[in-house]
Amino acid sequence: MENEYYVCTGCGLLCDDIEIELDDGKVSKVNNACLKGVARLKECNRPAECRIDGAPASLEDAIIETARILKEADSPVIFGMGNSTSQAQKNAIELAKKTSAYFDDTSSFCQGPIVEAILENKIRTCTLDEVKDKADVIVYWGADPSNSHPRHLSKYTYFPRGKERQRGWEEDRTAICIDVRKSDTATICGDKFYQIPPQADEELLNALTNGLSGKVPKVSFGMGPKKILELANMLKKAEFGVICVGLGLVYSLEEIEPLVRLMDKLNEVSNFYLIPMVGQYNMRGSNHNLHEETGYINRVKFTGNDVEHGAHCSVVELLRKRTVDAALIIGSDPMSSLPGSIAKELLDIPVITIDPCNTLTSRKAKVSIPVATAGSECGGTAVRMDGVEVEFKAMTETDRMCDAEILERIMGEL
Amino acid sequence: MTNALEIYQLLPKTNCKQCGKATCMAFAAALLSREVVVDDCPPLKEDKFKNNYEKLSEIITPAGEASESGMIVHTEKCIGCGNCVVACPVNVAEDPYGAGSGNAPTSDNVILRVEDGVVCLSNVSQCRRFGKNKILCNGCIVTCPTKAIEFV
Repeated sequence: MENEYYVCTGCGLLCDDIEIELDDGKVSKVNNACLKGVARLKECNRPAECRIDGAPASLEDAIIETARILKEADSPVIFGMGNSTSQAQKNAIELAKKTSAYFDDTSSFCQGPIVEAILENKIRTCTLDEVKDKADVIVYWGADPSNSHPRHLSKYTYFPRGKERQRGWEEDRTAICIDVRKSDTATICGDKFYQIPPQADEELLNALTNGLSGKVPKVSFGMGPKKILELANMLKKAEFGVICVGLGLVYSLEEIEPLVRLMDKLNEVSNFYLIPMVGQYNMRGSNHNLHEETGYINRVKFTGNDVEHGAHCSVVELLRKRTVDAALIIGSDPMSSLPGSIAKELLDIPVITIDPCNTLTSRKAKVSIPVATAGSECGGTAVRMDGVEVEFKAMTETDRMCDAEILERIMGEL
Repeated sequence: MTNALEIYQLLPKTNCKQCGKATCMAFAAALLSREVVVDDCPPLKEDKFKNNYEKLSEIITPAGEASESGMIVHTEKCIGCGNCVVACPVNVAEDPYGAGSGNAPTSDNVILRVEDGVVCLSNVSQCRRFGKNKILCNGCIVTCPTKAIEFV
């Protein structure tokens, strides 16, 4: 059976074995992808329209208006990027340089700290293919891939047979789930599910580090030393262990030092790697591209050749303190994802959205520019959650432009 | 998933034999395996068992939905994660480097595959739960995070 495979851009997993059927130039059937991927690849329910101030406009006018807003703004912010191709991200960074803009992406309130630690070699990481071939102990900490990345367990981490794990999940692998609630993934892990109260992750990280150092691990919540040691021993015996860090863990940690300490300890007594559960398909790509350019992964301000970096450059702080006077939002919907009190600040400044779908942000925006959906209508490259670059091609033809092209046009207009 | 005892509790428990079975318990077991339908129990249609009749009709999904191996996929619950596709022992034996390794199935002989985000059944006769010599394999049931697969 000879098949042509495509890449799914539904989430950070970038599954590369998708089969499609076309009907009248549109994707009519998507095989092997999960529901999330099918929804993304079969186009949005409400494609965005090209609009200025709510009235239909031509693409040309919208680009000119965008350039005008960016030129007139003193300190614009360029935000989003999680759902853009690597080329679009590079173009957006150039645009930010030219307009002396703040630049931030969704990792700012997502997996940013973990990816930063990985890029700075503080934490050991591996690829998902290595996990598939070698891993015997897999820990899902604060993550529920069954819902966030449905094929995470079946394509890479738990169920598949790998080169050194020929007997698959039944005999060769152990899946452990640490979470505040019994999620769908926890159900699959069965008796290897460790429930902890909210905000107790740091305590358990420290207790595990102690347990692995030969001390008696103690926590203030109802988990006895015996149970923690049992978990610590499972980790210790791993030949190739991996911790899949979800947002549950990232959000509950003030700083990631306790996690780094546990990883160091685990690598003294055993062999452990870490993979961040990146949500949007190319959020990690944005981190990589900006890191290459500036040495930082997100939250920067360009002024001439200088780059400023810090928490004050994050999109949340910028909006809260009303530092910015215009926003260019690419492939993101901050009005839906940011807290209401922060998101409402976007109503007071001119907002430009570049998005394939009609979102809450694009409906409220001053200028809304529609683009082709990356993955189904335009190709490019993206970085998978484990840092592997994946190239993908378009499935269908469209007259809508790709986000990289639109950004180039705006650049030209400036 | 329902069991025979649960069904038995909702039956008249009179062992009247009107259904052709020796006892109500036997009828419950037959109902569970979809050999008979709820309407085959005449006393259940009487007014005093009205509530039980309605409950039973709800529990017992019509056998029409089930495949020949007795598998029912609740498509509204399935998220297309493909855990069952990878875990199914028949899929692994037929297609070790495709379905068995987490990739797209590369053989036409697999029995489970994901189409349009929902799991679909083919080659039912290869399922270990098919036919006379069936074994109660549960590879696809225990690996399903949303409990979308049921066998009757």
